[in-house]
Amino acid sequence: MSKVAEHTPGRKLFSSKFAALVVWTITIIWTIPTFGLFVSSFRSKTDIYATGWWNVFLHPHFTLANYHDVIFGSSTQAAVGNGVLPYLVNSIVITIPAVIIPIIVATMAAYSLAWVKFKGSDFVFFFIFALQIVPLQMSLIPLLQLFTGGAHIGHFTLIPKLGIAGHFAGIWLPHTMFAMPLAIYLLHNFIASLPRDLMEAAYMDGANHFKVFRQIVIPLSIPAIAAFAIFQFLWVWNDLLVALTFASGTEEIAPINAKLASLVGQYGSGWQLLTAGAFISIAIPLIVFFSLQRFFVRGLLSGSVK
Amino acid sequence: MNNLLSTAGPKFAQVLIAVFGFLAIMAVIFWIAGRANGRKVKPIANIVFLGPAAILLILGLIVPAFQTIAFSFKGEDSKSWVGFANYHWIFTDPDMRQVLFNTFLWILIVPIFVTFLGLLLAVFMDRMKRESLPKSLLFMPMAISFVGASIIWRFVYNYSNPYQPQVGLLSAIVKGLGGHPQNWLLDKPLNTFLLMLIFIWVQTGFGMVILSAAIKAVPSDIVEASALDGAYGFRLFRYITFPAVRSTFIVVLATQVVGALKIFDVVRTMTGGNFGTNVLANEMYAQIFVQFNQGKGAALAIVLFLLVIPVLLFNMRNLRLERSER
Repeated sequence: MSKVAEHTPGRKLFSSKFAALVVWTITIIWTIPTFGLFVSSFRSKTDIYATGWWNVFLHPHFTLANYHDVIFGSSTQAAVGNGVLPYLVNSIVITIPAVIIPIIVATMAAYSLAWVKFKGSDFVFFFIFALQIVPLQMSLIPLLQLFTGGAHIGHFTLIPKLGIAGHFAGIWLPHTMFAMPLAIYLLHNFIASLPRDLMEAAYMDGANHFKVFRQIVIPLSIPAIAAFAIFQFLWVWNDLLVALTFASGTEEIAPINAKLASLVGQYGSGWQLLTAGAFISIAIPLIVFFSLQRFFVRGLLSGSVK
Repeated sequence: MNNLLSTAGPKFAQVLIAVFGFLAIMAVIFWIAGRANGRKVKPIANIVFLGPAAILLILGLIVPAFQTIAFSFKGEDSKSWVGFANYHWIFTDPDMRQVLFNTFLWILIVPIFVTFLGLLLAVFMDRMKRESLPKSLLFMPMAISFVGASIIWRFVYNYSNPYQPQVGLLSAIVKGLGGHPQNWLLDKPLNTFLLMLIFIWVQTGFGMVILSAAIKAVPSDIVEASALDGAYGFRLFRYITFPAVRSTFIVVLATQVVGALKIFDVVRTMTGGNFGTNVLANEMYAQIFVQFNQGKGAALAIVLFLLVIPVLLFNMRNLRLERSER
């Protein structure tokens, strides 16, 4: 006992220094690849092809040409065409409704499952939770067919063809659908734990479910909603599969990620542009992520830790 | 530039119409449904609140799942029935054997590395001061798309002629250590492990953050009491910390198994599934959108689905336990 007590300060000091050393070593290794891309995006084409990015520390030589070409287009680099700004606009246009609409729909469903109980509402909740497991890929073809052809039973038209393939709505809708299981699950966890007294007092005062939903549930659920919003934002912004399937790579609706993926295929001719393009596409989620990190972590935790 | 402004305006108008149109419709429905009274109140509230989500789930996930089951027993045109031919192909074709084996490697290796590295970092971070900066930096790859990550890692795996300066970081390190750089992404089976490294790079921050929160939740009086009893360092970890975070550890492991099983973007953008790196989800994409063989694609989706079910049942059990504890 006393022996241990004597050793305590020394051991603690050693272990905390050792721990910090290990953590910082891994952190530096983890950050180097991203840092390399960042440095490369400011190097000229000839430099990028001739030497590794770490040579800038010996021969500092930077240029903004890559960013200029990627943003404003380049006459010598056909691959970037008019630049990536239209695709960046598309990414924003795709992301905003694809974050807001699923949140509202899922909050409504979560409130109903948590507070307007009916026979079987627990079963419905478990079933929705289970739907998380349906691979997105299973839905792509049937959804495309629904958008272009509608749904029919024999000659009877159940759902007319929606005609939204190739429009933004044709990307918003799949993102909204695929977000449902996780969104309902996360928000349900939070909404179910709202104080019962508060809800009952509101019902007693004669507030109906719609009023309670708007005036109590939504304002009190803002932390959970913010957490899921960041999650969904990153998901939609970083998505490639839904974009490739529902937005043919055109300047009209394709997001920046789809454009970058197609540039990767032709990178032999324009690696320097890829660096700047990638950094532009990464910058926005990174800004969102670093400024709202707290909410994001909270959201992840409510999903996987009790 | 002018051209951009003239196209961006209408696009943003669509955003406003979609969001505010949706809100307006919901407001009207709420207003009408709110006027109901008597015994109909609850059923109406349920229909209004759950209806939209139910329609989206039915059209987006449930019906497509059944359609995919049907497709998987049909030919490439999804008209004629072919029985189990597509499944037979998955489990007997020599190329598919490679795909299944690679997927097996992914679900075996990736979760282990992510959870153990995440746990190591979480434990060590708990003992250091000023952990927020390394935490943010380690977590940062989570915010980067796989497309972005694959561009980042191209600068690591790039290979040039051995007599020239190497542009890729890995090649330069190997050369600096006196080795011979090679065309990493063509080198089977090493390339599969290099692709896994990208995925591990992205996911480790996730494991770390979640396990770190679980470690912080261990009551400090327990830790102090066991420290007085002589539990330090590894002993403290083994007898106190790890048992306390074990359920979280298993949850992280399960999420990573599912993530590794569904891995698509990394393989698609790095190698396109060539050079012996193909995996189930990428082969499914290729069958549907490149080969236009819907039958095989659907059968692959079903195999993926069946492989995830055990993890799902496990998570469901956890969820039930959790709810009964409340």
